[in-house]
Amino acid sequence: MSTQIAVKVDDLTVAYNYKPVLWDIDLEIPEGVLMAIVGPNGAGKSTLIKSILGILKPIAGSVSIYDKPYEDQRQLVAYVPQKGSVDWDFPTTALDVVMMGTYGSLGWIKRPGQKQKKAALEALEKVGMLPFKNRQISQLSGGQQQRIFLARALVQNASIYFMDEPFQGVDATTEIAIINILKELRKAGKTVIVVHHDLQTVPEYFDWVTFLNVKKIATGPVKDIFNDDNLTKTYGINYKVSIQE
Amino acid sequence: MLGSFAVLRKQSLLGDAISHAALPGIAIAFLITGAKDSNVLLLGALVSGLIGTFWIRGIISKTHLKSDTALGLILSLFFGFGMLLLTFIQKQPNANQAGLDKYLFGQAATLIESDVWMMAIVTGICLFVLLLFWKEFKILLFDADYTKTLGFNTKFIDILITTFIVLAIVLGLQTVGVVLMSAMLLAPAAAARQWTNSLSVMVFLAAIFGAFSGVFGTAISATQNNLSTGPVIVIVASVFVLFSFVFSPSRGLLFKQIRFIKNRRDLQLHKTLAFMYNIVESHENISHPHAIKILNNFQGYTKGTLQKLVSKNYVTLEGSMWSLTEEGFKTASNLYSQQNDNNE
Repeated sequence: MSTQIAVKVDDLTVAYNYKPVLWDIDLEIPEGVLMAIVGPNGAGKSTLIKSILGILKPIAGSVSIYDKPYEDQRQLVAYVPQKGSVDWDFPTTALDVVMMGTYGSLGWIKRPGQKQKKAALEALEKVGMLPFKNRQISQLSGGQQQRIFLARALVQNASIYFMDEPFQGVDATTEIAIINILKELRKAGKTVIVVHHDLQTVPEYFDWVTFLNVKKIATGPVKDIFNDDNLTKTYGINYKVSIQE
Repeated sequence: MLGSFAVLRKQSLLGDAISHAALPGIAIAFLITGAKDSNVLLLGALVSGLIGTFWIRGIISKTHLKSDTALGLILSLFFGFGMLLLTFIQKQPNANQAGLDKYLFGQAATLIESDVWMMAIVTGICLFVLLLFWKEFKILLFDADYTKTLGFNTKFIDILITTFIVLAIVLGLQTVGVVLMSAMLLAPAAAARQWTNSLSVMVFLAAIFGAFSGVFGTAISATQNNLSTGPVIVIVASVFVLFSFVFSPSRGLLFKQIRFIKNRRDLQLHKTLAFMYNIVESHENISHPHAIKILNNFQGYTKGTLQKLVSKNYVTLEGSMWSLTEEGFKTASNLYSQQNDNNE
């Protein structure tokens, strides 16, 4: 594995009003890992991603992507928000949503053309949603909506992918389809960071993990640090989970 | 047209708040200049409308208040202040003051040619900006956080949209008035949403609905002496909305109900047919006759459904006996896969 650091977070602190949500987070994510961020509800998992991406403004701290400030490296980063964060009754089609992934590289005012459309169709194909390209987005199932979001990020052709609970509320088939795409991304040398809830599947899906509960508890390869000790520290209770070898 | 964006942002009340917030601006502009030049008054309206809007945003982002609370607060504050100023102006010994209250309910008859030109120009600018930043507007409305990660300055797009909504409202004030303006903004958009699932079509339809309500409303009010134009326009727009709610093919109430009833009938038919299939399956001859009675032992059937099955050639009736035809047998055996097709 390459030793280059893809994402580096320094002293990141975020608070809503007086309550700290993230406290003094230092994090180094090496290039080419498939990393899960785990922690209880309210641990700041989504907040961490959002502040790395500049959606939320941290009180202190800095983020660098490949040794440069995030602002200069946006085109290297793609984001898959939580499915529930948008209004799916918005009047648009699946293809249209995926096309939005190309807007960043287009910049202001310029319209997407044939090239962008082709890229969007390819991404739809990858997530198995090509037959639904002209479907109104409100008529898609939860799993299909999640795949559309994934396709939108794929179109960006980034090096680093941040995903906020991509497995939330999807069925087993979709979950497998998504994780296979994520593993493919890793194979292609991309870095994938996923907010994840299902502890059982962590060893199976991911090779790197970060335990988070307001503070960072631990971060490292799953086989080294995914153990009862860290789980207990993160979740507070004596959390027993068997780790499959 | 711009109302589409307000509707999709779920900030429908914003229009109401802005139009009310514009009132003190009109009054203050009058107090300062002492003249009733409509351009100056509208400039005042624009400024105070914008101030109101940004206060609303400030309240939402800096406090825990929900957006409807913030809207209501600003709306009544500005409107109250505007009314206060209006009554104050009315006591002034200035002959010009008469007719300032026309901004409350609007009066299209007071429009003069220069006003119309002004409106045309501003509408043109709105259209141009809308086309120019179409992509940006669309993505911001759909997913603001994501837009930010793509590197767009979301604050700028946001302010741009809001400014143009305020501009559109202020322009409409003279015709429709403070109280009814938000209906003018929202009604065409709400009506248009019923007919389409595409943003561009929606905006286009909203513009057409808006224009038609304007034309029809004016025409209707012109035929009678004592009908003021603004309210008539709003009523015409509301008729569009009502019509759209009921009659739109995909979202309308009427067609939804028709589809619902039709589906239920079809299902009933299928149920009976499937049941017959079960009975028939145990016999070698599929057209072996059975008594109608046995259908009743297990589940209800109606004469209607039987008749329908006959008319579809699925079943033949003979006295109190029924028998499944070849075609009916085939249809029944395909029933489940067929139902899946129907769901697609």
